[in-house]
Amino acid sequence: MDRNLSHRNRKRILKALHFTALFLTMAIICIPGLWIVLNSFRPTVEIMAKPPVWTPSFTLEHYRAMFGGAGEGGVPVFSYFRNSLIVSVTSTLIAILIGMSGGYAFARYRFRGKSGYFVGLMLFRAVPGVALSLPLFIVFARMGIIDTHFGLILAYVAMNVPFTIWLTDGFFRQIPKELHEAAEIDGCTRWQAFWRVEFPVAKSGVASAAIFAFLTSWNEFALASQLTRSVGSKTMPVGLLDFTAEFTINWGGMCALAVLMIVPALILTFLVQKHLIAGLTFGGVKG
Amino acid sequence: MTRRRLPEWFLLLLPAIIVIAAVVLIPLIFSLYSSFTPYKLTRPSTLWKWVGTYNYEKILSDAKFWAAFGRTVLFLTIVLNLELVLGLGIALLMNKVTWGQRTLRTILMFPMMFSPILVGFQFKFIFNDNIGLVNNVLQSLGYDAALPWLVNGKLAMFSIMFAEIWMSTSVFAILILAGLFAMPRDPLEAARVDGCTPWQSFRHITLPFLMPFIYIAMTIRSLDVARAYDIVQIMTGGGPARRTELLWTLMSRTGYVDARMGLANAMGYVSIILSILFTVYFFRKLSAARAELGMAG
Repeated sequence: MDRNLSHRNRKRILKALHFTALFLTMAIICIPGLWIVLNSFRPTVEIMAKPPVWTPSFTLEHYRAMFGGAGEGGVPVFSYFRNSLIVSVTSTLIAILIGMSGGYAFARYRFRGKSGYFVGLMLFRAVPGVALSLPLFIVFARMGIIDTHFGLILAYVAMNVPFTIWLTDGFFRQIPKELHEAAEIDGCTRWQAFWRVEFPVAKSGVASAAIFAFLTSWNEFALASQLTRSVGSKTMPVGLLDFTAEFTINWGGMCALAVLMIVPALILTFLVQKHLIAGLTFGGVKG
Repeated sequence: MTRRRLPEWFLLLLPAIIVIAAVVLIPLIFSLYSSFTPYKLTRPSTLWKWVGTYNYEKILSDAKFWAAFGRTVLFLTIVLNLELVLGLGIALLMNKVTWGQRTLRTILMFPMMFSPILVGFQFKFIFNDNIGLVNNVLQSLGYDAALPWLVNGKLAMFSIMFAEIWMSTSVFAILILAGLFAMPRDPLEAARVDGCTPWQSFRHITLPFLMPFIYIAMTIRSLDVARAYDIVQIMTGGGPARRTELLWTLMSRTGYVDARMGLANAMGYVSIILSILFTVYFFRKLSAARAELGMAG
């Protein structure tokens, strides 16, 4: 009886510890981000106040300024947003298509030097953006695709393809070979077998590769800052710099743009995140 | 005459090869070539002067370069290990949650949605010695000092590491959590029947099973850590007095500010070797861990 009681107490203490640890972790994860969101709704005077003001007041000043004209500290938000959206979505779609075909090749065919190609692909991601940006700028300038959506899309596709191949390879390996063999016996061509049988099974994996690719291109800065010049192609991470002057930073405006930047990523991740875990489970182990 | 058909695997890989060759390979060859020239952005004609390995010799005897090199290795080691330990801890905590886990997982991925450049500005703001959140909280708690988070060399390095770890621990946590979900239940139950302590079953059953996931995360992160460039550049720009200078900030400073592109590209190649070593090391570990679990091939 006594032993039973102490056992139960210990269990209770462990549960409380678990809850506390989880709460602290989540707090550390959330607070820096929420601080930015909160500050986008606070007047500049309050952000800069010394001593600090802990009871926040609410204002839409920064958002109004951001969407306003050039004289009121406005920035071409809509153009940035549109550019970001076009570039990220297009490059993600293309990278997924190319990556899927490459991943399928690695998963289903045997050929010489396969693991060599495979590691080699990953190494392309090892090239730091800084080392790549100038030569890329020169090559793109020669081809006349600087400051266009096309140039940025091309760069992001190349950046995301290795990773996509790497992930999708894992998902396709997970699917038993017998599935598409059976489909072919039933009279499907290899192409039909792929779309009707294998693709639906690997869909969650493809979704998780897509979200990684999307987040990478949505957030990329080093290449974008090199390859874009004007409002016609600047993306949101580059647009953030509009709020910095040489010695001062417009924190409120920057926070407002930051919120605008996170919202699409947040929505997308929330929608796809069920697939994300399921997909990673497949892709991770058997790659 | 019948033309030999290309093998299917090659056709499937062809688009990937073309895109990568166009975007990565050509610039790489160009920068490899220019690393053997005294190429200056301000004088394009210098591109045609061949100086052999002069740039490399200069780098190898440059104390500033080696300081940045050592700092980068230190940065990578500390950040990757802490991210792994914290990520493992978070994943184990999350795995025990029975209610509302999907919401918690979305919150967990919150930092991944922040652009590295945004993370840089965010922590520059939070660690600001005058109006930053950290100092304000410290002062409100009665700690009477304005800590110069981004001005003092050691504190600045700490702040940058904090930002980097905040941003990327989720990647580890998510991958390891996926591993925990995929784990078969039988071995764990058998261990409990045999009287193993929780620690023993974690050490001998759970952890070996998680190793492939850990190495995948390590590989991805060791490759992606070059993104830390954005954070460092925004938060301190390699300063104060080069105390937080990493290879990437040194490279861009040499290339763009000093306009010595040839030298910067040579540095780039030395640093790529570092990335390659990390990648190959983790890839081998990954293959070994998979072989141990009977999942190789």
